[in-house]
Amino acid sequence: MERDVRVCVMGEDVGHYGGSYKVTKGLAEKYGDLRVLDTPIAENSFTGMGIGAAMTGLRPIIEGMNMGFLLLAFNQISNNCGMLHYTSGGQFKIPVVIRGPGGVGRQLGAEHSQRLESYFQSIPGIQMVACSTPYNAKGLMKAAIRSDNPVILFEHVLLYNLKERIPDEEYVLNLEEAEMVRPGEHVTILTYSRMRYHVMQAAKTLVNKGYDPEVIDIRSLKPFDLYTIGNSIKKTHRVLIVEECMRTGGIGASLTAAITENFHDYLDAPIMCLSSQDVPTPYAGTLEEWTVVQPPQIVAAVEQLCR
Amino acid sequence: MALARRSSNLLKPLSTASSSSFLHRRPFSTDDTTTITVETSVPFTGHNCEPPSRSVDTTPKELMSFFTDMALMRRMEIAADSLYKSKLIRGFCHLYDGQEAVCIGMEAAITKKDCIITAYRDHCIFLGRGGTLLESFAELMGRQAGCSRGKGGSMHFYKKDACFFGGHGIVGAQVPLGCGLAFAQKYRKEDHVTFAMYGDGAANQGQLFEALNMAALWDLPAILVCENNHYGMGTAEWRAAKSPAYYKRGDYVPGLKVDGMDAFAVKQACKFAKEHALKNGPIILEMDTYRYHGHSMSDPGSTYRTRDEISGVRQERDPIERLRKLILAHDLATEKELKDIEKQARKEVDEAIAQAKESPMPDESELFTNVYRKGFGVESFGADRKELRATLP
Repeated sequence: MERDVRVCVMGEDVGHYGGSYKVTKGLAEKYGDLRVLDTPIAENSFTGMGIGAAMTGLRPIIEGMNMGFLLLAFNQISNNCGMLHYTSGGQFKIPVVIRGPGGVGRQLGAEHSQRLESYFQSIPGIQMVACSTPYNAKGLMKAAIRSDNPVILFEHVLLYNLKERIPDEEYVLNLEEAEMVRPGEHVTILTYSRMRYHVMQAAKTLVNKGYDPEVIDIRSLKPFDLYTIGNSIKKTHRVLIVEECMRTGGIGASLTAAITENFHDYLDAPIMCLSSQDVPTPYAGTLEEWTVVQPPQIVAAVEQLCR
Repeated sequence: MALARRSSNLLKPLSTASSSSFLHRRPFSTDDTTTITVETSVPFTGHNCEPPSRSVDTTPKELMSFFTDMALMRRMEIAADSLYKSKLIRGFCHLYDGQEAVCIGMEAAITKKDCIITAYRDHCIFLGRGGTLLESFAELMGRQAGCSRGKGGSMHFYKKDACFFGGHGIVGAQVPLGCGLAFAQKYRKEDHVTFAMYGDGAANQGQLFEALNMAALWDLPAILVCENNHYGMGTAEWRAAKSPAYYKRGDYVPGLKVDGMDAFAVKQACKFAKEHALKNGPIILEMDTYRYHGHSMSDPGSTYRTRDEISGVRQERDPIERLRKLILAHDLATEKELKDIEKQARKEVDEAIAQAKESPMPDESELFTNVYRKGFGVESFGADRKELRATLP
């Protein structure tokens, strides 16, 4: 925001309250109420407003207090945000960043624990990225703001408290690039967002059991970084996808299709995809745990894949 | 209408005008800039505001340009009708004939730096903003020379350099966008306003009220213009809205009801609205207008209204006829000259259609252009120093 006067933030409680997860804390004091805009609870309209402002050249960052609320703004995101650059023949660009926390939290209930990556992935014209560490959150956010395309940045409710030493200087990460978390030889595990941590936990167990998993955080949900993924598959010949998205029509389903189309000859075993169950997230703690993929399931899947 | 003489101002409503009340002709050349004062057909009705006066100042030049432009727009829409029937225009085609006075009057009151955004009945508004007939017809026929390179179609006309933001298919979605345009104008501290146009059908959308609330909260220079043609596709306004007084729907936001078939009333209202919006924030304008065609080309337009009603409006309130009577009453041109202007409009339209037909269809590679802006994202730099680039399969 300091670098470019056109960057502004709008969302519910982003200004004086500092953001429901403190993401925008301190910004309103520094930049004023118009640049850090507290909106009323009208997702459809303030998303539309952000897109209209972007059409004139501003670069708004629109926050959904929870990704689930952005369903109300789906029309604006799909029809206006994604399509205006195309239907105007290139006249207008929509450099918005739509961000917000999503994913399954700690017993937040069904409506506040939605994973909407799958709903947005078919919209033409938008890019989707999921950040998972403080380091890539900073880099991806900066890249998303600087990008002239509309970007949906998926954050995760449970990852806001992570602490990590990151460089103070400006750095920008590539929005379409996947991150190699742990190189390996036996199996490629593709994951993103919070499941990265479950996978790394499982990886410890797997290493003790003698396996050497290669863990890739795909980060870019649309488009997929098939270059990095492909190189990995050509090396290991086995793929496991671990995601928090719904099973039906989720990111894993699309990724499976993309990999099969492009790298079928390199696969020694069918692609396994572990996703969360196709149920609304229950409130009870134990049930909620079973909704998402847990490390023991990942270990079992790798063992089966490598048999 | 009586001439504005220096000694007295005799202003009569248009319906009682007759050429026998004039004793002698006063020839004005069309470039003359003497002021003529015209009275609007009906007074304005205000809600939470003092309506502007019924007397509108205009010049012979403006009168003639209104007539010429409206004749061109009318011709364009009729030609689009026959192009659609000969299957050169496909899909949806929503025609604006009957409502021309709204966009003509609006353009007369504002500059090209003020933004306009509208729904899918956008051909004439595009023309009013400076779009050419060739761009219009080529876009309707899906050719390369179209304003959106053939990729938008009838419902997606845009003209960025004239601040015309389209052209939207989903009913009501353009109003929050319009408030976003106004937000950007306020953010940049510009002295311009945004006209967000919608219809009586869209007036029942929730996002309008959301957007209006925000516009009023932050004093955005947004003017919401409801083009009330009394039918939301096939549903009459009284069957869709409990209170069809759309100009009152703002509650705390002032509103003005305007006769949308009278270009001068529209001009006066838009001028008033612009002044108001720059000082006090949003205002709603309800334009009482009518469309002769059905909702779109697939709608005959007569199943939900009688042909008598349509021809009645055409006889009594047609905007071009009103202007014709005004011009003749002020002796600015003869009948023949006006007919010549209409013939000229026809000729221009036919030429544009012929030119547009010659324009080729978009190239195959255009399927994938403009999905994203200049390819993808950014090169990475900084602490990582990695320069990997992802490629699509």
